[in-house]
Amino acid sequence: MNQPSTAPCMQHPQEELLRSERIPHIWCSGCGIGTVFSCVLAAIRKTGLPLDDVAMVSGIGCTGRMAGYIKVDSYHTTHGRAIPFATGLKLARPQGAVLVASGDGDLIAIGGNHFIHAARRNIDMTVICVNNLNYGMTGGQQAPSTPFGAKTTTSPTGSPEEPFDFCQLAAACGAVYVSRWTSIHIRRLTESLTRAILKPGFSFVEVLAACPTAFGRRNRMRAALDMIKFFHERSVIKNNIDPREAPLDFEGPLLVGDFIDRDRPTFSDNYALVHSGQLGEWPDLERQKHTSGQ
Amino acid sequence: METEILITGFGGQGIVLTGNILGMAATLYDNRHATMTQSYGPEARGGSCSSQVVISDEPILFPYVENPQVMICMSQAGFQKNCAMLQEGGAMLWDSDLVKPAELSDQWRCYNIPATRFAEEMGNKMMANIVMLGFVAAVCALVDPESLRQAVLESVPPKTRDKNAAAFDRGREYGGEILKGRARQEH
Amino acid sequence: MASKAVLTGTHFMNGDEACAEGALAAGCRFFAGYPITPATEVAERMSRRLPQVGGMYIQMEDEIASMAALLGASWGGKKAMTSTSGPGFSLMMENLGLGIITETPCVVCNVQRGGPSTGLPTLVGQADMMQARWGSHGHYEIIALCPSSPQEMFDFTIRAFNLSERFRLPVLVMADEVVGHMNERVLIPEEGAIEVVERKRPTCAPGQFLPYRPEADGVAPMACFGDGYRIHVTGLTHGENGYPAMEDRAQERMVNSLVNKIKMNRDAIISYETEYLDDAEVVLVAYGISVRSARRALRMGRDRGLRLGLVKLNTVWPFPEEFIRGLAGRVRALIMPEINLGQMVLELERCAGGRCPVRLVGHAGGSIIRPGVILSAVEDIRKEAV
Repeated sequence: MNQPSTAPCMQHPQEELLRSERIPHIWCSGCGIGTVFSCVLAAIRKTGLPLDDVAMVSGIGCTGRMAGYIKVDSYHTTHGRAIPFATGLKLARPQGAVLVASGDGDLIAIGGNHFIHAARRNIDMTVICVNNLNYGMTGGQQAPSTPFGAKTTTSPTGSPEEPFDFCQLAAACGAVYVSRWTSIHIRRLTESLTRAILKPGFSFVEVLAACPTAFGRRNRMRAALDMIKFFHERSVIKNNIDPREAPLDFEGPLLVGDFIDRDRPTFSDNYALVHSGQLGEWPDLERQKHTSGQ
Repeated sequence: METEILITGFGGQGIVLTGNILGMAATLYDNRHATMTQSYGPEARGGSCSSQVVISDEPILFPYVENPQVMICMSQAGFQKNCAMLQEGGAMLWDSDLVKPAELSDQWRCYNIPATRFAEEMGNKMMANIVMLGFVAAVCALVDPESLRQAVLESVPPKTRDKNAAAFDRGREYGGEILKGRARQEH
Repeated sequence: MASKAVLTGTHFMNGDEACAEGALAAGCRFFAGYPITPATEVAERMSRRLPQVGGMYIQMEDEIASMAALLGASWGGKKAMTSTSGPGFSLMMENLGLGIITETPCVVCNVQRGGPSTGLPTLVGQADMMQARWGSHGHYEIIALCPSSPQEMFDFTIRAFNLSERFRLPVLVMADEVVGHMNERVLIPEEGAIEVVERKRPTCAPGQFLPYRPEADGVAPMACFGDGYRIHVTGLTHGENGYPAMEDRAQERMVNSLVNKIKMNRDAIISYETEYLDDAEVVLVAYGISVRSARRALRMGRDRGLRLGLVKLNTVWPFPEEFIRGLAGRVRALIMPEINLGQMVLELERCAGGRCPVRLVGHAGGSIIRPGVILSAVEDIRKEAV
């Protein structure tokens, strides 16, 4: 994708989904976002959805730039606000599939409040978080994902904070689909993303990715391949387990997998239900009768 | 000619609804003009609260009550804080169980009614404001009494219409008796 | 059968409720908001009314999210609004800017209360007027309307939607606690008698569409999600193709385009009414609830033989600069009553340009301006002017 313009004119396999005129992209060599982006494009095609019915919303940061390269209706919004924008978009046009592409700082620091509430409401969207453990675009500052003790430009002697575990957070807030992969798990990630996009409700896919330029170089993973090797050596796949049993731990085995796939009525389902006049009176709701079998 | 009415009490008594019903009667059924503004504190219940109504044949320029011709008091605090505003010749109405006026100007026309007690006797003290509106219909010529009754019925939950109609009528009858009694005294 | 969206008839309702009804009559089908005094009644009514007309109400986690959701819904093809008051308005400034740079139609109603900060939640203020103009960072034009009655809450909310759809930007309804909470007669016309404007949509083939190329009226057609144009919308400075363009020339083109579409159409946007200007010596210039104070003062003054006139500003942004300049050359003084310690009066002063004295009648908030105070100011300035 990052070929110089003088290269022989070969079409990218995802040409139909790319704004090729905007390539080369801004991502550094060795960055994991491009790989994840490629998986997202492949997953969109695998869903078979009409491309006019797919939208991508992003906030600010390196991952947020995905929205600028994908050739579907795409919205590059303000820092942290991709989810509430996507909420409005989805509710206004329910037949579309809405994807949110976000980095760790965008999604969980400044956007953390929106994340937990969208998961709680079970808004039908797929949130893809590329977690590179720091703020890459602004040069490598500490984020809510930065592991304890890891060095960044704003934690030069090591981060004094414990990070969030995004998958546990998503699960606790009610996400119906939760998985964690790294940028080396291309096939599995693509399959996960495909299921997540087709899944009604709030789906969350976390992808650990290397940021050699900003994070790696301050944490003994200076070369592009260092963290990829690290992912390769440490990853252990465990599907269908409670994310609480798979804490994100860089000191031990790195547990990845499809953790959660469960059913819960979406916000739109419940909105229709509460306005149907058939809900009954709280606390004696007759919810089960109306939501089972959906 | 603008008529200014100040209704005072505390949160939870339906003070704002009372003002709203008065304004609604004037606007929708008497086809005149009315504004209703409110002032209240942060408390949902128990804080002081007032409703200001202006009624006129012309469009109303200024919606605040500065010099009321009619004051309706449903709390002691509301009475004490506001009674000095009432015009000479104005009508002072109060709930006789909730307000004990220390001093009443002989320039006022004074009317009192145990509205809350009547409402309690009728099964719901929340209807005290409706009893008071019935009383207003009898003793003040602010709006057509039937318009006011209609506005009450339109404003309360449909299931409670009969009870509220009875509460309104109770206040109106009581007011009627007071007026008759005074007329007898004068003769 | 008449639609449930337009409650044709005479009502005795408060301004907040009238605002909600105006929105529905204008075609609003999405509301995202957060409870805040004294604007909550707008949200409450929308939560009840929108499902009746096939619309959607969502209570967001804060006003930042509310504003973001509006923009999303607007790109999803729905007319969208929110209501708030000072503290929430401050939070909305971030995505108000996104709405401006991405040219997204939507309506924000600010029922003003006393500030700064939490200030006076239940009492009136008109002190967010400069925030309405410049509250989000960067340079832009904005449209703000100021209703002075529940009837105007209805009428101006419809107009706000129409302006936002026509000129593709968030439009502000700058109300206040008294107008919002005051009950008064509201006449809702027949549905057919209400003018409703819809945004321009592109007609060209997707390959030829430039989402930010303005047409002759200064406004570009808008392709919404699912229209098949597969466009990119960004809060970064962008070219006519919608793609980020990080250079001074692109910034110059884009900001000028945002400004020009309002400036070149200001005659269609600006609205004011005048009373007794023919022989007026001193003219009261007022907006929002302070119009009511000014009208009463005018009547009292005329009864005393004072030659007073009134300019009622229906739109405050853009400000009717040329009209005020002309007026200032013909009268002895301009007086502006407003519930702050001097905001719109600065604009009045700027436009008067020294042609006549300009005076503020203001206080810090909590109550509306008393007509007597305006009259005293009239007396004072007449003495000075002699």
